[in-house]
Amino acid sequence: MPFLQSLMDEYDLFAPAQLAEGVSVYKKIDQTEEVDLSISNAQKPAKEIFFPQSETMFRYEKAGKESRITSTEEIKRNRILLGARPCDIQAFSLIDHVFAGKEYTDTYYVNKRKATTIIGMGCDHPLSTCFCSSLNGGPFQREGSDLFLIDLGESYLVELLTEKGMAFQKNKFFEEANEKEISLAKGVEGKAAEKIKAAIPVEGIEKRLDQMMESPYWDRVQEKCLGCRVCTYLCPTCHCFDIMDEARTNKGRRVRNWDSCLSSLYSQETSGHNPRPTNRERTRQRLMHKFNYFPKNFDRIACVGCGRCTLYCPAHFDIRQTIKEIQEGGDK
Amino acid sequence: MEQTHKAIQDSIREKAKELLSSKKVDVIVGFGEGTLPLRATPIFIRSQEEADRLIWNSYCENNLATYLYKLSQFKVGLVVKGCDARSVIALSREKRFKHDQLYLIGVPCQRMVDRRKVKKAVKGEILRVGEQGDEITVEGEDFKKVLKRDDFLYPSCQVCIHRTPAKADVLVGNPAEESPLVEVHPDVKDFEKMSPEERWRYFEKEAGRCIRCYACREACPMCYCTECFVDSSNPKWIDKGLSPSDVDFYHIVRAYHQSGRCSGCGACERACPMEIKLTYLTQKLNQDVKELFGFETGVDPDASPPLSTYDIEDRQEFIK
Repeated sequence: MPFLQSLMDEYDLFAPAQLAEGVSVYKKIDQTEEVDLSISNAQKPAKEIFFPQSETMFRYEKAGKESRITSTEEIKRNRILLGARPCDIQAFSLIDHVFAGKEYTDTYYVNKRKATTIIGMGCDHPLSTCFCSSLNGGPFQREGSDLFLIDLGESYLVELLTEKGMAFQKNKFFEEANEKEISLAKGVEGKAAEKIKAAIPVEGIEKRLDQMMESPYWDRVQEKCLGCRVCTYLCPTCHCFDIMDEARTNKGRRVRNWDSCLSSLYSQETSGHNPRPTNRERTRQRLMHKFNYFPKNFDRIACVGCGRCTLYCPAHFDIRQTIKEIQEGGDK
Repeated sequence: MEQTHKAIQDSIREKAKELLSSKKVDVIVGFGEGTLPLRATPIFIRSQEEADRLIWNSYCENNLATYLYKLSQFKVGLVVKGCDARSVIALSREKRFKHDQLYLIGVPCQRMVDRRKVKKAVKGEILRVGEQGDEITVEGEDFKKVLKRDDFLYPSCQVCIHRTPAKADVLVGNPAEESPLVEVHPDVKDFEKMSPEERWRYFEKEAGRCIRCYACREACPMCYCTECFVDSSNPKWIDKGLSPSDVDFYHIVRAYHQSGRCSGCGACERACPMEIKLTYLTQKLNQDVKELFGFETGVDPDASPPLSTYDIEDRQEFIK
């Protein structure tokens, strides 16, 4: 706790916290007691820290003939993201392609990303729905973390991985780890890796989907989908948004909110025409974007195998099964 | 329980085969095996050969009537519990489908098991689950626990007094005994004890977790508006962010829009990934409608839903 307090003295701290029994999110911490690192994966992924569900882009006000615009771009205080799991961290590297890639720079995302030191955490209790290792990840993957924590029970083994991480080298709460602790950490890591049994065959899925645009398979896939937004909002790699003005007489703000390709409104045009008129086109879009369009654009699959879509879908849609079926050629 | 389930499952399969082979229906909407313990999943069966994929167990928690709008072109055989059948009757009152379009396979319900409550009763991930008599056995990597089934039922199932589907075309199983396990919905009971200020705080705390995924809306058969008020952009009734006023507004309107229409199935609450309590509102409204107008959704197919009918003799004492 004193360590957390010391972080909060210097940074804005973001970490997993329970909102209700068994329901957690990554949020800005006001009291150190809120932090709950025992949660293996929060419902809402850590993407929220860089890409909030609802974000003010600027404020505006008109007084007489004068109009004033207030920017909300600047991040005034450095940030720490504590306790994010490797799957969520790997997802940042995917969203980076979109928000901080060659073509576009999204100031809002990039400013937060730059101001943040990521303290990742080894995932010692992966669930049976986890398949990160099939997607170039792993429960103890360090890539993307500045510091990395491994839970040893009584203490954490801390690894300093980047320049941002090295800033903690002289932190008064850290002690040099001894060999016993290092080997204990290795044990925890090995055990977690063994736990991820699900090997999901993603190899070649992009090419497979090239042939499936008009496949009757999508008719089957869409059947039980309710058309809600759970899988997209809880997905650490989904990154679509919609921009709206929230205006009241002489002042207002421009806001961007998460949006979802599973909503009919998402693709509806002003004329009323909808190029994705039914659930068939929308569920296909979700899967195509992850496993075909994104790989085409960035050479990476836009899924990190966190399992949230499978765990929280009200109709129990299992993406692992869908991947397997696609690889078997859909319904033929 | 496992024998009851097995017998029901066999009858569902048999009936499905018969309906499909005689072409009485084009598709059977029922439940199939989930890929995780404590889960079943909606399935759509179109041929006799596939009918053995239909299952029945304690986790058939979805209200399948919600899929009817997508299947308006087909003759549908729908597997329904008591609550689902009442939604169908309510939908029929609202002229949502043609009568000869639907064949109801009614399952006298044994009340559904609350998977989240079960998960919270153990530490660690549940990898296997079984049912013997009135007990549920859950197993994980390093634990095995036996739970009393009655202690792990959904709140809406605990109060249910319409377990046997009314007006089903066929009943697969013996009619269930229609007495509630508890008299008042446990969450409604707590809510009623609160002062108005406490109620508001409770409501705000629950709604405060909302991520506006609209799973509650989509899971509900009665939420079928072509354009939901939250999605309308002209006029714009509500902003789309997470401001409490917008989120609260959505939840209040959703609940009110259900009064006299909600069958109390609880599908909305089960669908919510953030585990927001929702049925304390709808169930409280159901109770009020029952007390004030003597009406229960989908029980009497000929009774007029009080909030969508006008009568010159209507009581008006609530208009001040």
